[in-house]
Amino acid sequence: MNLPDRKGYFGGFGGKFVPETLMNALDELAKEYNKVRRTKSFKEELNYYLTQYVGRPTPLYFAERLTKKLGGAKLYLKREDLCHTGAHKINNTLGQVLLARRMGKTRIIAETGAGQHGVAAATAAAMFGMTCEVYMGTEDISRQRLNVFRMKLLGAKVIPVTSGSRTLKDACNETIRDWVTNVRTTHYIIGSVVGPHPYPLIVRDFQSIIGREARRQIIKQTGKLPDYLVACVGGGSNSLGLFHPFFNDKKVKFIGVEAAGFGLKTKKHAATLIKGDIGVLHGSLGYVLQDKDGQISLAHSVAAGLDYPGVGPEHAYYKKIGRAKYTAVSDKQALQAFNLLAETEGLIPALESAHAIAYLKQLAPKVGKKKTIVICLSGRGDKDVDIVTQYAGKK
Amino acid sequence: MPGRNKENMNRIAKKFADIRKKKVKAFIVYITCGDPRLSITEKLIIEFEKRGVDMIELGVPFSDPLADGTTIQRASQRALRNKISLKDILGLVRNLRKKNVEIPLVLFSYYNPVYKYGVKKLARDLDAAGLDGVIIPDLPPEEGKILEAELARYGLDMAYLIAPTSTPQRVKMIARESDGFIYYVSRTGTTGRKKTLAKDIRQKISQIRRVTRKPVIVGFGVSNPEQVRMISGMAADGVVVGSAIIDVIEKNLGKKDLVKRTGNFVQRLVRASKQI
Repeated sequence: MNLPDRKGYFGGFGGKFVPETLMNALDELAKEYNKVRRTKSFKEELNYYLTQYVGRPTPLYFAERLTKKLGGAKLYLKREDLCHTGAHKINNTLGQVLLARRMGKTRIIAETGAGQHGVAAATAAAMFGMTCEVYMGTEDISRQRLNVFRMKLLGAKVIPVTSGSRTLKDACNETIRDWVTNVRTTHYIIGSVVGPHPYPLIVRDFQSIIGREARRQIIKQTGKLPDYLVACVGGGSNSLGLFHPFFNDKKVKFIGVEAAGFGLKTKKHAATLIKGDIGVLHGSLGYVLQDKDGQISLAHSVAAGLDYPGVGPEHAYYKKIGRAKYTAVSDKQALQAFNLLAETEGLIPALESAHAIAYLKQLAPKVGKKKTIVICLSGRGDKDVDIVTQYAGKK
Repeated sequence: MPGRNKENMNRIAKKFADIRKKKVKAFIVYITCGDPRLSITEKLIIEFEKRGVDMIELGVPFSDPLADGTTIQRASQRALRNKISLKDILGLVRNLRKKNVEIPLVLFSYYNPVYKYGVKKLARDLDAAGLDGVIIPDLPPEEGKILEAELARYGLDMAYLIAPTSTPQRVKMIARESDGFIYYVSRTGTTGRKKTLAKDIRQKISQIRRVTRKPVIVGFGVSNPEQVRMISGMAADGVVVGSAIIDVIEKNLGKKDLVKRTGNFVQRLVRASKQI
């Protein structure tokens, strides 16, 4: 499969819907990326940092007690929570900072929801001595305080966003406004497989290390390919990172788990692929939560990293061709899964990743003991302890 | 030349032909429709025409206006509180044309509301309502082909934007693709009032001028008569002011003479565009 095409489309989804001011920067980024993606020195440099700094490869862990507890398929967790900074986001930020350096950019900007991408961007920027500013909605600042503190420790400036939803969507808007203003000196590190071309391609490639490792590891441990891959989908970077290297393994089924928030029948969810329709948000054509006039709706999820009314164009494509199936679990189910994983395996998952875990309760018993499922444990949950305690208190 | 006689020209083409003949510059207003109410937008348009404005960009309010600064963001929010949609704006224009308002009117919208409305249907409805063209700040020519073709069927203009960061190659391409006029974004950044103009405007306009004879208008960050006068002295054909006018509207919200006060401010800008 050779997608996206030259114009940045994945079978009808993607493209570059941005102000003219950014078009040249996107062209330059695409050119530079095309040059370095096959360059040995770049690959070696990135690989060096992924190994020595991030701690890759991350383990593929057979979750024996969880498997027993759910009484079905064998469950293997891809331990992205063990990456330096505590989530898969650093795979992408390191790659992009190396790119930005080659392009002579001295300033990094990023949007963040849960703060994991912000922390990962701040970390990569700190390591290479670049200035870093992170836009974050005030709603997210209050529910992910730990990560705000970490970003500040890392020398980044956290800029509160008070417009609109005060979450990830508006943080993206503000970051794009900054980029339009400072495009000559600044590189925008988008945190997911969203945005205008070439971002969905670049982020997917940098995150594909997850799936490449997992593929090797599961074959080594079980002697065969898995039957299912399961991952949460907000913008969709950890899921696509896991799925993409298995694309041609037609028997491996992909399941993306979106956030159903208060329920798919309410308006308070973030299930863009399931409930959204086609539109343009933040530079690409894909699925969007919107009203009849084309105004973007506010998403909702207990997991700040999933609380976004858009999703990457490659996921839209996987949905269209039926390569992946998308489902959703509620806030409540995710919170239960958060506890379940902590109690059975001693692993505290990020609330985002807890959505993938939650879906196993249905899937694992249904498909039976002979099947194997690889789940992306995309991040660890230290950042969420506050919010989980709050919810527990409300009960 | 066939198709170039005056009867076949749309309102935009006629306007710029007239402007060039008179050796003055066009003064163009941007307002967000439905800010603070659609009935006031209607009065403002009539007032602007009376005060000598040459063309009006009718902003479609959008939830996520990422090329706009805080002033237009707030205007959008005010309009959205009234649930103003593209359909309402088409109705407004239909009304105005019935009242013999003949000023060129250009729809200024982000792409999502347009996409959601349906580009085929929109082209037909824009024409039926009496609009003359479209500007979409997040739709570069690479993505605009489908809409462009639909608009062309009705003789409506799809005007594209050139930015300070556009390479010479892109300037050439955009100048070729743009219909009716070319919108030069005078600075990197979002819309909104700025104390000074970008230093390279004159040079950039000449760069565009060298590759096209199409009218060029300049906007983003232009906010007072002095700046309008300066740009009118350059090789462009017109100047756009938006945020500074919305600031006046905002300051006079709820006041009876909002329309008149806004008209007074606009008239000073109009005069500045004619004193060259």
